[in-house]
Order: sequence, then structure tokens, then C-alpha cells
Amino acid sequence: MSNIKYIIGSFGDPDELMHGIDKLQENNISIYDVYTPMPIHGIEAKLGVKRSRLDVAAFFFGITGTITMLTGVYLATVVDWPLNIGGKTHFALPDFIPITFELTILFCAFGLVGSYYASTHLFPGRAPRVMDLRATNDRFVIAVDAKENADHAKIDELLKGAGALEVKYNERKYISYE
Amino acid sequence: MSGHNESILREPLITGKNITYAKITDDILMPVENKPNRAWWIGFIVSLCGASLWVFAVSYTFWTGIGAWGLNKTVGWAWDITGFVWWVGIGHAGTLISAVLLLFRQNWRNSINRSAEAMTIFAVICAATYVVSHMGRPWLAYWVLPLPNQFGSLWVNFNSPLVWDMFAISTYFSVSLLFWYTGLLPDIATIRDRATGLRKKIYTIFSFGWTGSVKTWQRFEAVSLILAGISTPLVLSVHTIVSMDFATSVIPGWHTTIFPPYFVAGAIFSGFAMVLTLLLVVRKVLGLENYITMFHIESMNKIIIVTGSIVGVAYLTELFIAWYSGSPYEMYAFQNRIAGPYWWAYWLMMTCNVISPQLFWFKKIRTNIAATWILSIVVNIGMWFERFVIIVTSLHRDYLPSSWAMFYPTWVDVSVFVGSIGLFFTLFLLFLRVLPSIAIAEVKMILKSASEQSKMELIKEGHLDKEQMKEYIESLEKFDSVKQEEYAKL
Repeated sequence: MSNIKYIIGSFGDPDELMHGIDKLQENNISIYDVYTPMPIHGIEAKLGVKRSRLDVAAFFFGITGTITMLTGVYLATVVDWPLNIGGKTHFALPDFIPITFELTILFCAFGLVGSYYASTHLFPGRAPRVMDLRATNDRFVIAVDAKENADHAKIDELLKGAGALEVKYNERKYISYE
Repeated sequence: MSGHNESILREPLITGKNITYAKITDDILMPVENKPNRAWWIGFIVSLCGASLWVFAVSYTFWTGIGAWGLNKTVGWAWDITGFVWWVGIGHAGTLISAVLLLFRQNWRNSINRSAEAMTIFAVICAATYVVSHMGRPWLAYWVLPLPNQFGSLWVNFNSPLVWDMFAISTYFSVSLLFWYTGLLPDIATIRDRATGLRKKIYTIFSFGWTGSVKTWQRFEAVSLILAGISTPLVLSVHTIVSMDFATSVIPGWHTTIFPPYFVAGAIFSGFAMVLTLLLVVRKVLGLENYITMFHIESMNKIIIVTGSIVGVAYLTELFIAWYSGSPYEMYAFQNRIAGPYWWAYWLMMTCNVISPQLFWFKKIRTNIAATWILSIVVNIGMWFERFVIIVTSLHRDYLPSSWAMFYPTWVDVSVFVGSIGLFFTLFLLFLRVLPSIAIAEVKMILKSASEQSKMELIKEGHLDKEQMKEYIESLEKFDSVKQEEYAKL
């Protein structure tokens, strides 16, 4: 048993998966992570995943875009090369609202998605760290660290009791590396 | 999510029996994981011919200059800008479906957003090529960017709506691409984990290492929601700015404040029509009737009635204001549209955009696939003529009667337009082969609450209000993918 690194409980139904998480947690078995083919609402509260701060980041990226455009246009139209257009003010703010808005959105979107990719380690060519290949298809998977939780028989029993269709003992952390 | 049941009054979003998570994956990935069928090849070859025509006609324009088009000194903008506005407008439905309907929690968007967003991206590509090729010297296209003074003599004119448009279209394209691609990651990972060999390697690179862990999904949903929140005003701003290309000028027929809302409504109107044109064929050829159901078709048709009617009201308002403003030039521009040499284009526009979509008030028509498909094409013809009428009829008779002229397209004009449709379909057909045409993960999300089979279970359990149940069963009659016999016994 000592070579086993992770115990994988593979469920066919999200409700049973939630039940499985409850069962494991009631028995003080720590869950490494859960992999699902779709988002499951309420699961993050159970596993203690904190609220995302990406919205705050998005706001600041957006405001950076706003300031960048207003500053850029000011420098171009007032400082660098002021043009007299029928005696109108050089810094004709209403005219610059559409482009300022566009740059706000552009910075916000790229900053937000960039932060998301960075915070969840997504980038082109990254080796996928998959514990069960069906977790992106039709299986809802709970991964338990086998070293931290010694009582493997109990984990097996709890997972199956909650409705797991299959319990696997992985000797490698990520099977996708094979 | 799956803990509670949805009201029986809501029509199902996934029909069919024994739909499992595995079956959803198999059904949607069928065209991606198998060799294409004959229908795909025929479509692809025809589109590729169109795309080649486009490459030839655009190259010819670049080589000879825009004198190759039918423009003259009076009509300086014609098919190029018509085509540009038409394509940008078509793109708008994709963002509307992916962003606005997400904010409104309309779950029926889940099975159409992916292909609608793909359509947005390809339509904006088609539109952008018009912008570049109408510049005359396309190798200087980067001059529209705000580059510093040393480069030329001056900065770009930040007061000009054409510069705003450059910002709007490029932001719109890149943000749409980002939104679309982020949404694709989980589905690319699904393909990756089922593939072997070289395919696996390619999809591994493009999946960005997606695993579907709790944190990634939770952040994914937060990101989607924020992107939807910022894309909603973005999409409205894009066509608003496109309309300002005209509205900020002093040309009679263009210089109106109604243009922004009128253009936005028209954009959504034509975009939904194009979504229907594409998806009615896709669902049939790829066998996706269970995911793109009659409810989806009917809902889109309802949006077409609403936006089509807004466009109709805008047409009438324009006429009223032309008279009420007391401006003889404005009044003449509209008289000329209605009864001038381009009367046929005006009345074609009126018929296709205002009159024929009203047929969707009849339930028989809006739930009939053939009728919907034909009307969706009629709408797009009408919307092309709308832009043609606005652009050409306002220009061809200017302030000086001696310079009045007509516009006659050359073979290059026609080829660039027809070719851009070929390009669009080529890109769309390639998309169907390499990426899932329906967002797999999002459809899985609604399987337990909004599918026909889950509602069937509710009915079998009993405890439902008899009248509501009756209404639900009656609502299923229009579905072409529901077996009525099973409900007859209930």
C-alpha cells in the first residue's frame, strides 16, 4: 500500500459527489481537490475555497485603462500638438468618452483574464495535471492524499457508501504524465 | 444547483431520453472526433471557392486601388461600408447571447452561445477586412493607430468617429476572442483527455493545462460573469460608434440622433437571423436536435420580432422627423429614398425588415423550421439593403444637382461581398470540425434541472399541479425532438 499516492473516488452524479465530500469531512479525512466536468455550485464553500478577488482586480485594471486613455489623449491634444478647431477647447472631453470607455473595457478584460490564467496556472502548453481522464467527461472525482490519510479501507468504504462508481489507487499523482 | 427542481412550467432545454453526461460529450464531439460527412465537404468546398474569390478580389483591389470598385466622386462610400456595417451587425448576436443572456440568467443560451460567439468572431474578421481594404493604401492601415507625431505630421484625430471605431472594433474583437477562448478551455480539455497521439499533443497545448479543479471552476464562473458584465456595454457601444460614423456627419439622412439605438437594434436583429440561418442547418446535419430545441428557435424568433419592430419604429420615426424638422434637405433625402431611383432598395428593406418578421407573431410560423430558416435569410437580405439605402441614397444626390450620380457595383464589389460570405462559412465550417459547437460543460450544468427527462421524472413522481402539467405537455407539442406518444398516456 505504501506506493499509493492518491485515492480517487469517481462519481457519476454531482449530488452523490457532494454527499461523498460531506462523508469524508465528517470523518476528518482531508480532501486534496475535486475535479469535475462542469462547475458545481456550493462546492467551494465545502472545500473552503475563498471568494475570488478577481472582481477587485478587474476594477483596477479597468480604471487603469480609463486613466491611460485620458492621459494619452491629454498629452496628444493639449501638450504635444494642440490644434485650434474653431476655437473649441483642446481637451474636448465628450469626444473622448467613447475611446476612454473602449480602453477601460480592453484593459479590464485582458487584465482580468490574464490574472485568472496566472492565478490558476493556465498557459499554452502547460502539462495537464489530470488525476482521472474521465474527470473532464462524465465523472466527478474526489482526490484524497493517501499519505496524509492512512486509513485507506475507511476512505474506500466512505466513498463507495456515498455512491462512488469506482475507487482508484493511483501510484502517480498525475496519470497524464505517463 | 441540482438540488432543486425547476418549475414544470418551463419548457425543457434538453430533450430526449437517457441523456447522460457521457452522452452529451459523445453527441457534441461527434463531428470533432470523426471524419466529416458528405454534407460538410460539399459545404466546405463551396465556401472555399467563395473564400478564394474573396482573396482574389481583395488582392485585385490592393493591386489596382479602390478605383476597381464602382465608386465615383459623388458616391464615395458604397458596398464596402455596407458590407462592413452588415458584418459587424451580424456579430452582435453572439455577444448578446453570451453576455446579456448570461446576466439575465437565461439558461437557453448555454447550448447556442459557443457557435454564436464563433460567428461573432468570424463576422468581425469579415468586417475588419473591409475597413482595411477600403483605405486605398492598406499597407498604411496602422496609421489609424494613435502613433506619435514623429511618425507622420500629426496625431490621429481623436475627435473623429472613425478613430473611435478603430478602438471599438479592435476592442470588441479582442475581448470577444478572449471571452470565447476562455469558455472553450474546459471543452478543449475534454477533447484532450479523450484523444491520443498527435491530436492529444495539439489539444494539450491549446487546453492550457485545464483540469477542472474546484478553484479553477469557481474562478472561471467569476471571470465569465465579469466578462459578461463588461461585454454588455461594449457590444452596445460598438454599434453605437459605428452609427456615429454616419450620425456625426452633416449629410441629410445620416445626421440623426436616433442612429445609435436604431443601429444597435438592427444589429441584434440581423445577428439573430444569422444565428438561426447557421444553427438550423448545424442542428440537422450534426444531429444536435436534442440540445438546440424548438424552444431555442422560438426564443430567437421572439427576439427577432422585438428587434425587428424596434427597427420598424425607427424607420417611421426617421420619416416623421424628416417632415417635422422642417429641413428641406432632410425631407428630400427621405422622399428620394422612398420614390427616387433607389425606391426598390428602400421597399425591399421595408418588406424584409419590417413586414416579413411580423409573420413570427404566428406560432405556426415561428415554430416551423423551414419558415424560420427562409425568414432568417430574408432578414439578412433586408438588413444588407438597410445599410445600402442609408449609405448610397444619402450620398448619390448631394447638394449640387450637377454632380448627382448613381452607383453601379463592379465585379470586384460583388466578388468582395460574395467572397466575404464564403470566407465566413469557411471559417465556421472549420470551427465545427476542430472545436465543440456547443459548450459541453454548460449544457451538462442544466441536465439535471432543465432537461425533458428530469421533468418526466417530476411528472412520474406526481405531486404536480394538474393544470401546470397539462400546460407543460401542451408546450411540448411544437418540439420536433420530443416523442409525443409518451405523453399521450399521462
